[in-house]
Amino acid sequence: MDAPFLSVRNLTKHFAPTAFSRGPIVRALDDISFDIARGQVVGLVGESGSGKTTIGRSVLRLIEPTSGEIRIDGVDITRLSAGPLARQRRKMQYIFQDPFASLSPRMTIGQILTEGLDIQGIGNRHERRARAQKALAAVELPVDAYDRYAHEFSGGQRQRIGIARALTLEPEFIVADEPVSALDVSIQAQIINLLRDLQLRLGLTMLFISHDLAVVEYICDTVIVLYLGRIMEVAPAAALYARPQHPYTRALLSAIPSLDPLAKQGRQVLKGDIPSPANPPTGCVFRTRCPVALDACAGTVPPLRATSDGHLKACIRDDIA
Amino acid sequence: MDAPILSISGLRAVFRIAGRDIAAVQDVDLAIGSGETVALVGESGSGKSVTSLSIIGLLPKKIGHIAEGSIALRRRDGTVTELTGLDPESLRKVRGNDIGMVFQEPMTSLNPVYTIGEQIAEPIRIHRGKSHRDAAADAVRLLAQVGIPDPDRRARQYPHELSGGMRQRATIAMALSCDPTLLIADEPTTALDVTIQAQILDLLAELQAQRGMGILFVTHNLGVVAEIADRVAVMYAGRIVESGPVSEVFTRPRHPYTAGLMRSVPRLGQASALKAAGTPLPTIAGNVPSLALLPKGCSFAPRCSMAVDACRTAVPPLFAATPTQQSRCLRWEDL
Repeated sequence: MDAPFLSVRNLTKHFAPTAFSRGPIVRALDDISFDIARGQVVGLVGESGSGKTTIGRSVLRLIEPTSGEIRIDGVDITRLSAGPLARQRRKMQYIFQDPFASLSPRMTIGQILTEGLDIQGIGNRHERRARAQKALAAVELPVDAYDRYAHEFSGGQRQRIGIARALTLEPEFIVADEPVSALDVSIQAQIINLLRDLQLRLGLTMLFISHDLAVVEYICDTVIVLYLGRIMEVAPAAALYARPQHPYTRALLSAIPSLDPLAKQGRQVLKGDIPSPANPPTGCVFRTRCPVALDACAGTVPPLRATSDGHLKACIRDDIA
Repeated sequence: MDAPILSISGLRAVFRIAGRDIAAVQDVDLAIGSGETVALVGESGSGKSVTSLSIIGLLPKKIGHIAEGSIALRRRDGTVTELTGLDPESLRKVRGNDIGMVFQEPMTSLNPVYTIGEQIAEPIRIHRGKSHRDAAADAVRLLAQVGIPDPDRRARQYPHELSGGMRQRATIAMALSCDPTLLIADEPTTALDVTIQAQILDLLAELQAQRGMGILFVTHNLGVVAEIADRVAVMYAGRIVESGPVSEVFTRPRHPYTAGLMRSVPRLGQASALKAAGTPLPTIAGNVPSLALLPKGCSFAPRCSMAVDACRTAVPPLFAATPTQQSRCLRWEDL
């Protein structure tokens, strides 16, 4: 098999108190390792404080990891200096959650779409315009959008502009951070279909971040479930939904309200709150809310290991699979 | 059914924008009985929040007002009060006393410089005339009722010391402090993680069973509606397009918008099958229209695959599809 396009090894990010803030170290990520093969889409799913956005930003080195290795196309970007990093970044783009906050109200869509090309010094003015218009067509927006401003567009259209901006640099790798969370239900599915279509057509490799397990199923080949900065379970998308192995994955799936008014009966409601990442539980971080935790769960951090049907799970209990 | 707690008829709320009156909500009829949960569901700009703000008289004063219609509230003593046109002082007595409110963002509805206990005790003192000491004791009791462990200690803490789920429990305690007959919950779980959302939905159902209050639950999430509501009203572009018992509307929607919305909701396990077959996810084509530029006739017609010429001439009335289910679609029988 080819080397993976993205390879994350033992990624750890601790936010230490600064001169202006007091308090303990926040352990946002602890020992995260995963790969994404070229042309594959991996979903990162978890609740607030699970570390999904910290991973997304780290892999583009928008924040500096505390330790660990991030290889993109074989190059460890955690060790690159500014110049080579900027060149490497050409291959990678970010799509943001909020289509209102992520587009400048003072720039035309054309300026927004060509800014990255300007910074990277790609093409002359005509070529940049042509690339931007091609990107607009790819996200199914009219060509005249080029000279208009962001406020003239609805939320769904703005998210298309955000996607077009990511496409103008013709990246190989995209981090999509909650790209549909701010959108209405009827628009969400449109944007997911568009991303899936572009991903297949352009052979993009993608890291798709969402708090909503229901949203990632269609677009992702593999799903990683995070809790409090650690990986709980990794599985191919279809298998994760059909046979979740980790008690947290099960609870998360069970908590999603179903359209079927009768489905409520089998629901399992987790007790308590997500603990603070400044003071995570010892051993398995999920044990304080886990319905099947044992005394032994407090002792050691459960390693991520393969189950009989091809999932990876960080849980010492085999008897509940 | 007994006389409803809340009865809205012919509500029309307008906003003055760029010198023009734009109806954010029109032709809205809605009734809520005691012990009943009615969900108002719709996407952004559908008018669901404007409807709930109209009830409590909290439309933005400078630009918004109720232009037509009636909002009648049956109070604890059995008298019925018309809320539209009520003077601000009387309205203030209704709010927080007969009507409790819970909003989306618990951090913005709590005051950061007062303790949780003080904030829950305040309405009890104002509306019920209780002493500081009695109101403080009530506050601790209410915190226990909404499932906050160690309520004595929590009552002395400030909002920032509580998690998001705890804060929402505290705002629910505040809303219930004067034992309201109607609780308005406007997207109360939208800012919460799903495992916490499940806890809050269970809590609301449990409190309603104990107290028998009516709940108006405003949400964009159809799954949440299925979990919590007895009846549902679906809004689109300022109008109710379909209403009825959740069990009827969700098993047989009689408006193409409701049907499209239900198809758009991702269902666990289904997407994998669609992907394997190379089929795109079902969507509703187009975008929600701007309220300033509503099409003539049915507002949904431009996005509707079933639309015929008659849909574009006049706004359809509400048809009784069943004795309990209504649809604002000319072609409801074809669905």
